[in-house]
Amino acid sequence: MAHDSLYAAPPTAEAEPGAGRIASLRGLLGSWDAVIVVALVVVVLLAGLTVENFATGRNAQFLLLDLMPLALIALPMTLIVITGEIDLSVASMVGLSSTLMGQLWLSSGLSLELICVLVVLLGAVLGAVNGLFVTGFGLPSLAVTIGTLALYRGLSFVVLGDQAVADFPADWTAAVVRNIPGTSVPVVVVPLLLLAVVFAVVLHATPAGRALYAMGNNDQAATFTGVSVARTKFWLFVVSGAVCGLVGIFWTLRYASARGDNATGLELTVVTAVLLGGVSIFGGRGALVGVLAGVLLLGVLRNALQLADVDANALTIVTGTLLVASVVLPNAVADVRARLHRRRQRQPAAS
Amino acid sequence: MSRTGAVAPDQTAEHAPTDPGQQRRGLTERLLAVRELSLLIALGLLVLVTTLRNDRFLSGQSVKDLLLGCAILVILAVGQTVVIVTRNVDLSVGSILGLVAFATGTLFVSAPGTPWPVAFVLGVALGALCGVVNGGLIAVARVPALVITLGTLYVFRGVDYYWASGRQINAADMPQSFLRLGNQTVFGVPVLFLVALVVVAAVGFYLRSYRSGRELYAIGSEPAAARLSGIPVGRRVFAVFVASGALAGLAGVLYAARFGTLDAAAGTGLELQVVAAAVVGGVAIFGGSGSAYGAALGAVLLTTIGSSLAVLRIDPFWQQAVVGALILAAIGLDRLVALRVAARLRGRSAHGA
Amino acid sequence: MSAYRRGLRVGATGLTIAALLLSATACGGTTRDDTDNDAGAGNQASGAANPNAALREGLKIAFLPKQLNNPYFTVSDNGGKDAVTEIKGEFKEVGPSEASASSQVSYINTLSQQGMDVIVTSANDPNAICGALNQAKAAGAKIVTFDSDTKPECRQVFVNQVTAEGIAENQVKLISEQIGGAGEVAILSATANATNQNAWIALMKTELAKPEYSKIKLVTVAYGNDDDQKSFQETQGLLQSYPNLKGIISPTTVGVAAAARYLSGSQYKGKVKLTGLGTPNQMRQYVKDGTVDAFALWSPADLGYLAAYAGAALASGQITGAEGDKFKAGKLGEFTVAKDGVVILGPPTVFDKNNIDQFQF
Repeated sequence: MAHDSLYAAPPTAEAEPGAGRIASLRGLLGSWDAVIVVALVVVVLLAGLTVENFATGRNAQFLLLDLMPLALIALPMTLIVITGEIDLSVASMVGLSSTLMGQLWLSSGLSLELICVLVVLLGAVLGAVNGLFVTGFGLPSLAVTIGTLALYRGLSFVVLGDQAVADFPADWTAAVVRNIPGTSVPVVVVPLLLLAVVFAVVLHATPAGRALYAMGNNDQAATFTGVSVARTKFWLFVVSGAVCGLVGIFWTLRYASARGDNATGLELTVVTAVLLGGVSIFGGRGALVGVLAGVLLLGVLRNALQLADVDANALTIVTGTLLVASVVLPNAVADVRARLHRRRQRQPAAS
Repeated sequence: MSRTGAVAPDQTAEHAPTDPGQQRRGLTERLLAVRELSLLIALGLLVLVTTLRNDRFLSGQSVKDLLLGCAILVILAVGQTVVIVTRNVDLSVGSILGLVAFATGTLFVSAPGTPWPVAFVLGVALGALCGVVNGGLIAVARVPALVITLGTLYVFRGVDYYWASGRQINAADMPQSFLRLGNQTVFGVPVLFLVALVVVAAVGFYLRSYRSGRELYAIGSEPAAARLSGIPVGRRVFAVFVASGALAGLAGVLYAARFGTLDAAAGTGLELQVVAAAVVGGVAIFGGSGSAYGAALGAVLLTTIGSSLAVLRIDPFWQQAVVGALILAAIGLDRLVALRVAARLRGRSAHGA
Repeated sequence: MSAYRRGLRVGATGLTIAALLLSATACGGTTRDDTDNDAGAGNQASGAANPNAALREGLKIAFLPKQLNNPYFTVSDNGGKDAVTEIKGEFKEVGPSEASASSQVSYINTLSQQGMDVIVTSANDPNAICGALNQAKAAGAKIVTFDSDTKPECRQVFVNQVTAEGIAENQVKLISEQIGGAGEVAILSATANATNQNAWIALMKTELAKPEYSKIKLVTVAYGNDDDQKSFQETQGLLQSYPNLKGIISPTTVGVAAAARYLSGSQYKGKVKLTGLGTPNQMRQYVKDGTVDAFALWSPADLGYLAAYAGAALASGQITGAEGDKFKAGKLGEFTVAKDGVVILGPPTVFDKNNIDQFQF
């Protein structure tokens, strides 16, 4: 790959960027996706065998519906994190999209189809604001999106105040939870899969996608490859916003309720899923397969533990521990490997 | 290979304090002073506008309330500053505060005669222990702080929930001498605020005047360079998280004293406010610059906004939006000033050559 | 160079368009006017109630509060547990650690998967959990709501602590007595979204319009978000904005405790009156130090107890949730289902310094 030589140490990684370490890191991370996929299979099998009511069609439907928002937002988030940025405002954008949809439905008299289009556009605009602050003004995305997290959530309360809009047409609210005929897979999974394919192709099979990795490793170097770093990142934030608009629509219709606090706190779960899927928080590495497996793993674990009557408080601890383990383990393994590798390489390097 | 070689132009400005050059150092200090001054002006304007609308805003009672209200956030923001200047972040502070607050309450319930200083010592120790977990994972396992503390945010809170299992501790369960601390004043100034002042002064002085304090900035500006120049980066980062945990523990004990009613949810979501206070106070989120005084002012400003919106009877729905806009404005302004300064520096060096 | 950029831009635009298309799939043009909403489709009290049916043993009864870790719900769920033990059923309490409707939905789905006989829940949103409840009902579970209701068609019975009118009447009467029947008062509510709070506030306004309260003026409603610190700040704001304020009504346990704490440490202690809905344990100190004269609340434990009995009566066929159905609720005696499947616990208890020590919750 073109950017091989540009691999740099992540900004705060403590280890000196030795060539051996990098090689083994990449080797290992190639297999991190595999680790997560295997973990997912193991958990599903275990749950299916030991947890009553887990391996049923209805449960699959519930599980998938619960996971939709998480999975959708994880797609653009993966790309953003790979470029070394982050978008913490996603849940607030979902909330604002939802209340705006409610307000338009309540008072504008527009058709719901048009409202949905407007809401997705609004999401894109919200994302563009993030993108403008990050790329136009060159501000750190962590700080910007913490700001817009508060701003958008605040605005979503301004839009609907103390109301909740709930009188959406029943055929619409039923449509989003309907299954594909003859299966227990919700129809909404189809657009999710389509989007996932589009994102995967963009990320893994186009020059632009490869450029994203280059950016995550080193902005400067990425610029030399001829990609406009700023412009690319800007568009990623826009896409993230648009997807959040879409999720806002889904959320509103699924729960038949548009209200200011919809999806509060979802950003932490999304980031957890993305990191669990093997994307480095410093950018530069990760794959969509891993992320989707991470999303599923998180969902299956929670669902199975819930069915097994495990306390919600224990679920909180499990989520946290999983997140910590997902970053500590690969690093620890990589460390050991790197040490072994270096020892082997020392002789030839010295001579 | 590392980032030192090719620093983007925009990074130069942000990491200006890296350069040990005398001229730049002076400039950074002046910049910070400008920042603190502008915060003070903003605060002054806010108080002025609110007072014009309602003269009770400056009454003794109201000022006392304000000082009382900001004390806990100030302590947390100062702790966060120490972490952020090293280019790390501690998102678990809200959970640590909740855990320690509940532990303090439980201590008084199970051992009613406990003198309050013991509660303080134990609370700070428990906070520091949480900090050891954070710091240990980060410095030893070499994992980014954002991820680890996001994880421990869940873990500490989960432990807190599990332990409390829906119980609540009420003011009546805690000794009066302890609760009085939360409301008592000395010459009209709440004790809580005095504690916060001591913390700000101590941390501010340490960061500015101690060698190890300056080293924290060096670590935040350029970890690799810091390591090359012989700074024990791992140890310093570890210590920073222990300090942040201990301060969150202190805040937790104060929280218990002030609020009297405790359940496991105390301090939920506080971490964002804390980071916001530090950022508004001029602490650069990517490390290397910022002061404890600025962060403290940021915390005071955020609390004052909360109070004055309530006094001005602005639709409460706007409050969160205003805080968000303020964060954006603060970092935007910083950026603008930094660009100006960078341009001036370039101009100056051009003249010199 | 520009190829990459164009590729990315095309990709981004493509995605946005795809998203737009997805969201506008059906092109019928559904507007608000052409959907007639089946509001109040009525309570499906199908089949006849058999008041003499015995309570079934071994019923699986699950409590799903708004959130775990909330002391109020811990107390009421324990009341439910006592009732379930009395009727020899299986009790279970599950719930999310934060009060959100979406996580309640996932718990309802889990419970219906597990084949619960009765789900007793307090709704975080009157609409959002409806779909899941209806599915659970279709799977054979009986649904009882308590504390916060859903739309009537989504459950069989709602166990209301007290009528909204009862609360409004009680609160206005308490504050009027304390401020001597005249002056400015304010309300400190929970979140602006809270359904029950808003209903009570609306009725308090109606109540205040009565001639006997003509000298009392409601100046504003502040929202403390059921967050201690926010409620504290809002109280402080109220006193500064309205120098002539005589009294505050805070019909939420978090708000009234925070307001009491603020007042007890301020110059307004005893001068500005405070009443509301609070738990005796939280308020004991402030009643004793003279900050608060009297406040009210129902017994949360009795509420849970009654809800469990109502659920058992439904599952045993004693009642169907139709108006006029009667059932016995253990130590609490007999209750009658009112209109829309509502069962009312009774008038709130007023606590003051004479009786507060008799209550521990």
